[in-house]
Amino acid sequence: MKRAPLLPALALAALLAWLVGYPLLMTLLEALGGAKGWTLHWFGEFIHRPDEWLALWRSLWISAASVLLAALIGIPLAFLFERTEFPGRRVLGAIVALPVALPPLVGVIAFLFLYGESGFVSRAVQALLRLQDPPWRLTGPLAILLVHAYSMYVYFYLFTRAGLARLDAALLEAAASLGAGRWRALFRVTLPLLRPALAGAALLTFMTALASFSAPYLFGGGFRVMTTQIIASKLNGEVALAQVETVMLAGLALLALGAMRRADRMVSVGTGVRGIAPARRELRGPLARGAAGLFGWLLAILLLLPHAVLLLVSLVPAFTWTSEPFPPVLNLGNWKSLVTASEHLRPLVNSLWMALVATALALAIGFAAARLASLRSDRMRGVLEGMIAIPWAVPGTVFAIALAATFSVNQPWIGRFVLIGTPVILPLAYVVRDLPLTGRAALAGLRQLDPALEEAAASLGAGRWRRLTRVVLPLLRPALAAGAGLAFITALGDFIVSIVLYTFDTRPISIEILSNLRLQDLGMAAVYGVLLMTASAAAFLLWGQGEAR
Amino acid sequence: MSFLTLDRLDKSFGGSPVLRGVSLAVEKGEIIALLGPSGSGKTTALRMIAGFETPDRGRILIEDADVTPLPPERRHFGMVFQHYALFPHLTVGENVAFGLAGRSAGKEETKRRPQRVAEALALVDLPGFADRRVGEISGGQQQRVALARALAPEPRVLLLDEPLSNLDPTLRERTRRELKSAIQRVGITTVLVTHEQEEAFQLGDRVAVLQDGVLHQVGSAEDLYERPATRFVATFVGRASVLPCVLEGDGAVWVPYPPGDAAGPVRWSAVRSPEAEGMKPGEEAALVVRPESLAFVAAGNPQALAGRVIERRYAGPVTYYQVALAPGGEVEVLAPSGAATVGDAVRVAPEPRGPAPRIFRRNR
Repeated sequence: MKRAPLLPALALAALLAWLVGYPLLMTLLEALGGAKGWTLHWFGEFIHRPDEWLALWRSLWISAASVLLAALIGIPLAFLFERTEFPGRRVLGAIVALPVALPPLVGVIAFLFLYGESGFVSRAVQALLRLQDPPWRLTGPLAILLVHAYSMYVYFYLFTRAGLARLDAALLEAAASLGAGRWRALFRVTLPLLRPALAGAALLTFMTALASFSAPYLFGGGFRVMTTQIIASKLNGEVALAQVETVMLAGLALLALGAMRRADRMVSVGTGVRGIAPARRELRGPLARGAAGLFGWLLAILLLLPHAVLLLVSLVPAFTWTSEPFPPVLNLGNWKSLVTASEHLRPLVNSLWMALVATALALAIGFAAARLASLRSDRMRGVLEGMIAIPWAVPGTVFAIALAATFSVNQPWIGRFVLIGTPVILPLAYVVRDLPLTGRAALAGLRQLDPALEEAAASLGAGRWRRLTRVVLPLLRPALAAGAGLAFITALGDFIVSIVLYTFDTRPISIEILSNLRLQDLGMAAVYGVLLMTASAAAFLLWGQGEAR
Repeated sequence: MSFLTLDRLDKSFGGSPVLRGVSLAVEKGEIIALLGPSGSGKTTALRMIAGFETPDRGRILIEDADVTPLPPERRHFGMVFQHYALFPHLTVGENVAFGLAGRSAGKEETKRRPQRVAEALALVDLPGFADRRVGEISGGQQQRVALARALAPEPRVLLLDEPLSNLDPTLRERTRRELKSAIQRVGITTVLVTHEQEEAFQLGDRVAVLQDGVLHQVGSAEDLYERPATRFVATFVGRASVLPCVLEGDGAVWVPYPPGDAAGPVRWSAVRSPEAEGMKPGEEAALVVRPESLAFVAAGNPQALAGRVIERRYAGPVTYYQVALAPGGEVEVLAPSGAATVGDAVRVAPEPRGPAPRIFRRNR
């Protein structure tokens, strides 16, 4: 039943090319001088400046260190929660995955409120030890790595747990019957079989860390990585240099992606047999049970602290908390002002409508591309799938700069319009960022769909449209809802592209949080943080249900 | 004029041919079973009739009307899928009603729909199942719902893809009888695909044997077993041994060939298969013999070949004996249980009450 019409596929490919490929191409061309005459001047500039190389190197090692830290935390936790049984395991196991549901910027401000110079923990330590100054400053690479470790170990945790759950118990029993002890079985059987899952987690962590912007921007200070370097160049007016940096970062991301894909392909293992997952080992001794329980709950508290502190700070009225270890005044004033003060409501309304429009568009385009790709078996399929995937591999900062470069010129005959400064540009940018989420969800859903179901519908007389509306869409609803949920919160909490492309009238929540922080209005920043956090948690709940089905 | 005609169908996937010139004529109301090993092209042929695959060459005709260019939804054929492909988001009744909607959905039609669903479910002996969810019913029941769904729109042809392969063996026998009686009650022209000979023989009025994309023979079970057209059919349908031989003249061969020991070849009577027509005396050929066409005989029989029992498979009143012949080669002999034990030296000769041994070309 590979009978997809070519014309819609071509039209969609053209639209995707204009949205995804074209801005990247424009950036590359303009970095090379473009219309003003070809030149390698700016690339030369990049190569001759040591601080550019330093930023590139820092991006690399921060990302690698993030992978290492995330693996060191995530893998043992996955084994603990997937392989052993102890009181509270199920609830705690879910809490451990919670940090992934915190939008990056929200996580960063929560860390600021907790461990920053005037955060709760720092103040408590300062008061306890009667210090003159705060005990530490939350800046530099260590602060960035702290935030990365907190939010990214979840990838390793979730991937490893899924890998362990898929493992066939018979393989471990076979190893045991061949005389392998627990450690030998771990290193010779379990870990090799987990390699695809671990490689996947490592790739995801590396790409996320490479694209990370919020933590380096707020905690980096003078420590610049590529993403913050690009924004700095742009703000300094060195547009061409920013474009060269953008090209370098995009190249680095694609290089990393390619390298890891290749490494992944070489170690692809699997028996093709889906057996029964190994039974969990019940922790029997009271000491072991107690220790596991205690560790679990302490961990839960540590992980939930950022969420709790946001909620608490959202109750602090502006400028009432100065030197006390604990805020002296708590009330609902900030929350009320969200409704009463229009300047506080505005960013929320902005983000909501832009995220809704972007999600709807990304869902429609993503699904159409996935559907046409799955119906065709030729090169068109690769093109469509590739276009959907590119915005995932390429950091958001790159797209922000690329869109800014492409849509600040009015050349309608080559597909360029002045969109910068209009309310259109941010939703458009969100659509590009959302495409991989909706598109991949749709692709995954379609791949799991038994082709016989559509054939059955066809043999019962259902034409293309009826097959789509009565069979494919109803069956894909969980997957699409999950993808849309993730897309919505990504757009709602976006900081990376917003900081480059927003206008005062379309300022989204993240930009408002930033200006609140600058004005020292921590309470209002926390209110927005709580809103984003709640929306994200709801979307992830939806996602989890979609996955479970 | 036949009802459904496959006219010289060709199909290749990625350069390798899956169907080569398959032609088949199915009469109205007839049940045809496509039988063959996996990879023989039988499923491709069925999917081509359904419209899911397009032939590279050839046509599919219904009562002389060419349906080859029609998409599946306009062929009005019913299909039961190997894994049933019931819509998991719909109830049993909604599944059965799926093919009734859309098509000529007049008011009168819509009003009659629940009744037609009930009729279809009653036909497969599942009355009152309309409101059940698909996931709640057993595998056997799902199979029957799939049949009811395919039959409800009153299709011109019913197609079944390995209809029983998903059921456990104890259920299979019963479901096979129910399936046959349901199809016969409706009287619909049916094409089914199976790799199991027993299933093909029991369900099909005629059986079409495919191998490597080639249709070898179409006929009744007796035709295929007693008068196989090709060496593949002779060995694929039922048990048989193959011995080298030399044609002597009409109705006789010398076996085994080449002579192994001092005893030399012996003379057996045999029947030429169609493919052996035109072969000349003295040519080397292949002799296919059923186990029941051989017997243990006493020494001194001029037709006997010497050998030794190397394996026996007990089957109740009778036993199959695998005999290694002294001149080389092996044959399978059907004899009473207790006729011999493993290691016994025996003599094997033709048993005239069984089907006559058949002669085929050697290099096939």
